[in-house]
Amino acid sequence: MRYFTSEFLIERNKDRCINCGVCARQCSNEAHYIDLDTGEVKSDETKCVDCQRCVCLCPTNALMIIKNPNQTRDNANWSQQAIREVEMQASTGGILLSGMGTPKEYPVYWDKILLNASQVTNPSIDPLREPMETKTYLGAKPTQLEFDEEGNILTKLPPTVELDTPLMMSAMSFGSISLNAQKSLAMAAKECNTFFNTGEGGLHKELDQYADHAIVQVASGRFGVSKDYLNKGQIIEIKIGQGAKPGIGGHLPGEKVNVEVSQTRMIPEHSDAISPAPHHDIYSIEDLRQLIFSLKEVTRYKKPVAVKIAAVHNIAAIASGSVRAGADIIVIDGFRGGSGSTPTRLRDNVGIPIELALAAVDQRLRDESIRQNCSIVIAGSVRNSADVVKAIALGADACYIGSSALIAMGCHMCRTCMTGKCNWGIATQNPELTRRLNPEIQYKRVVNLLHAWNHEIQEMMGGMGINAIESLRGNRLMLRGIGLSEKELEILGIKHAGE
Amino acid sequence: MLKKEGEVRIPAGCAISGIIDRKGNRFSGSDVIQSIALMHDRSNGLGGGFAAYGIYPEFKDWYAFHVFYTSIDVKNKTEEYINSNFSIEMSGRIPTRKVSSIKDAPIIWRYFAKPEPGKLISSEKTEDDYVADAVITINSTFPGAYVFSSGKNMGAFKAVGYPEDVGEYYKLDEYDGYLWTAHGRFPTNTPGWWGGAHPFTILDWSVVHNGEISSYDANRRYIEMFGYDCSLQTDTEVITYLFDYLVRKKGLPLKTAANVIAAPMWEEIAEMPEKERKYYTALRQVYSSALVNGPFSIILGYTGGLMALNDRLKLRALVAAECGDRLYLASEESAIRVVCPNPEYMYSVEGGVPIIATVEGEV
Amino acid sequence: MKKVYAIEELCLNCRLCEVYCKTAHSKSKNVVKAYKFESPEPVARIMVEGDNAHSIAMQCRHCADPACVNACITGAMQKDPVTGIVAPDPNKCVGCMTCLGACPYGVIKVNHIAMKCDLCRETGEPACVKNCPNNALIYVEEEELQ
Repeated sequence: MRYFTSEFLIERNKDRCINCGVCARQCSNEAHYIDLDTGEVKSDETKCVDCQRCVCLCPTNALMIIKNPNQTRDNANWSQQAIREVEMQASTGGILLSGMGTPKEYPVYWDKILLNASQVTNPSIDPLREPMETKTYLGAKPTQLEFDEEGNILTKLPPTVELDTPLMMSAMSFGSISLNAQKSLAMAAKECNTFFNTGEGGLHKELDQYADHAIVQVASGRFGVSKDYLNKGQIIEIKIGQGAKPGIGGHLPGEKVNVEVSQTRMIPEHSDAISPAPHHDIYSIEDLRQLIFSLKEVTRYKKPVAVKIAAVHNIAAIASGSVRAGADIIVIDGFRGGSGSTPTRLRDNVGIPIELALAAVDQRLRDESIRQNCSIVIAGSVRNSADVVKAIALGADACYIGSSALIAMGCHMCRTCMTGKCNWGIATQNPELTRRLNPEIQYKRVVNLLHAWNHEIQEMMGGMGINAIESLRGNRLMLRGIGLSEKELEILGIKHAGE
Repeated sequence: MLKKEGEVRIPAGCAISGIIDRKGNRFSGSDVIQSIALMHDRSNGLGGGFAAYGIYPEFKDWYAFHVFYTSIDVKNKTEEYINSNFSIEMSGRIPTRKVSSIKDAPIIWRYFAKPEPGKLISSEKTEDDYVADAVITINSTFPGAYVFSSGKNMGAFKAVGYPEDVGEYYKLDEYDGYLWTAHGRFPTNTPGWWGGAHPFTILDWSVVHNGEISSYDANRRYIEMFGYDCSLQTDTEVITYLFDYLVRKKGLPLKTAANVIAAPMWEEIAEMPEKERKYYTALRQVYSSALVNGPFSIILGYTGGLMALNDRLKLRALVAAECGDRLYLASEESAIRVVCPNPEYMYSVEGGVPIIATVEGEV
Repeated sequence: MKKVYAIEELCLNCRLCEVYCKTAHSKSKNVVKAYKFESPEPVARIMVEGDNAHSIAMQCRHCADPACVNACITGAMQKDPVTGIVAPDPNKCVGCMTCLGACPYGVIKVNHIAMKCDLCRETGEPACVKNCPNNALIYVEEEELQ
């Protein structure tokens, strides 16, 4: 017997439904079907995940997915979700898995920070009429430049990469997402002169043409890593942790490991790709230094090396150690960050918000006078351009966007990526589903998103009287907290609104 | 209660003036007072000040400390510190005359000092670093004491009041210098603290500034990584420290420092020949946090010269004029013509293009 | 001439092209009315063949030398010398189904009279192409095809 009812109901407006069957053919969960006896389209709501594919494709707007009003008795402590999770575990005996970032009601500090604008005492700048610079260079910078007598620069500059906008695509591996999805991100990165990130899935040969805009990741499983791969990328990112699952490695189920994934990751077909929890050659900070420098050696010191760490309690010390270990870029992934599959308990309970982690890291690196030795990139729920502006004012150089880019390509945050049945062709390797994502259409939507955000960033900068993004970086005086405690303000390094 | 500078950030509009004699001939402060007086309406009586170079030739090897004290008690405590770290050649009250509009004056003392040799050696610092650190220590750890001038053969003079009254008060018509700068302040708040008037100085650097920079906190948090403490929370303070850091500590030529602080746009850099493009790209990458954004016009004074600089968008007025050996600078053309009616050449200072004038030979 | 081409790798088998073709060739031009209330019921002139694994939309190729035109016994089926569109004249068509048998692609239907793709010549923009959610149908000159 079933112990829990469906989470959603499918409402079909019979006056509108024309029984065309689009919904039935498009639902990989088989929540819609054509009744062969009557020719009518019917629904089985127990299979619905509320991905909205049917709703979006229905030509007559006949469909609506609603929350199932059938509920157990109200209980402030035992929420529906809490009860459901117990029932599910009692049925399966397994660890609960989830997709995307945590849906829990933790504070979103972005929404408790307000921006400044110029009035009277200095002018705001109109980005439509004046230059408004968002160009960003990522990588370590020397503390100073040395010049010869003729004014030529003697200092040998460490490698940096140039971005036209302070936005990059988060690490999402081929395997966790489809090749079409990754290709769309790569095409968008190229068009916007920024970067996409291979994740720990290697670089598919079809994406070689976008290698100029690739960040290649080295994770604990070392999937897809070779000298060639490392040299193709523009930044090498060592993934220590991920905000959605700090403390454990990635897990790609064997069902998703088809021929293409197997070749790109360099693992046998249909084998589970389980990344170890730690890097087994990094049990300490000095080991990290060895890995950083072996990667620098193999790429002849021509590529910046990034270290991606999950935002955990002592993030500031870890970031400082990583910079001292030679990281050119520190990537901090906040606990609201996304994932294709993560143990629910870890996702919902481990780590700290990116806003606090970023503020702490930037301040620590400044206290130690090593802030210019690295760039800071943040990830973990950057939802719009205002989040980006706030992040940069707190001290970030650039932001990774993951979920936002996926939403641009059709994701509706149903959070069932781990099933491999993504109806939008993103988090799946099923060819029937992956073909639903046409890169020619979707890359343009990602480009649109980046352009829109960049315009908005420029508008907000202009309002503050700032015309170069570096003058926003770490400019916390442009921020005010709203409804935050003294302690929160202290950690964020900002004043309260009205001060 | 209103907070004073350092407890709160106060935006201010302003007037600035500057005159330099390129031959090093010394002249009285009357001209610069007349110039800044003409721009009376650009100040609101809440701060005025001057920097004068070449005024203490008889003490040119001693650091001249100008200090405000709120009480005798503070003065005694601070002097204990000064005496234990410096050898004092001479000290005394800075001469003033009574001016009805200048009120609530603190105790204003002047010391001609050199670092105590033993302490200087054991500190392992350069003489300048030793002095700068001592000034920062006094200003941050002796409440009620404020060193507002600390260079050699130069001095800053400032007060709450209109600049022309401040000039009169300090008897600046009786000093002779080869370089004068002046500042009239229009703060949007009324702290009434003498230390908050401009110019701001550290060693022989002095800055008079008109503007409100929007990059303040980015610049502050950058410069504070290198031991500076922006206790006043003013633009002028942070700009002075940026120049001190870039030029004195990092050895950048003054023009290069100007190219950092008012950097060319990326689109201009893209059009440059390869060598220049690499040069400016490196400068903007390495010193990106020293870019000063938002409106400013400044006159930076130092031993033997001055530099005038406008923000790269030219959001603040600044006019220059040449006449014989003298270069005049002011927020308004009329403030130059009032002391130099027929200059040989007069022009508006371009955004982001520094004007540097130096005195020939030894000063 | 510009024709509609189907890209098999991009076809989702959603069959929205059929829905919108039928609507475009209805009196009301309204999806619900076209399906539920119009009589005679409008006919979709595009047909998706296959299943979710492999599918492709089929419609008239508007051949240079159309077999349907050659076979038409009343002269109803004509190729427009200017636009190249092959379409029957409803006033002349007697519904004999000869064209249906002659068409090598099987893309003519008969519902009293012959029904086939006319490239939405009234609007100039084929409804199937406009509404394909995955750009699996494109409307281009033959030379533009890569």
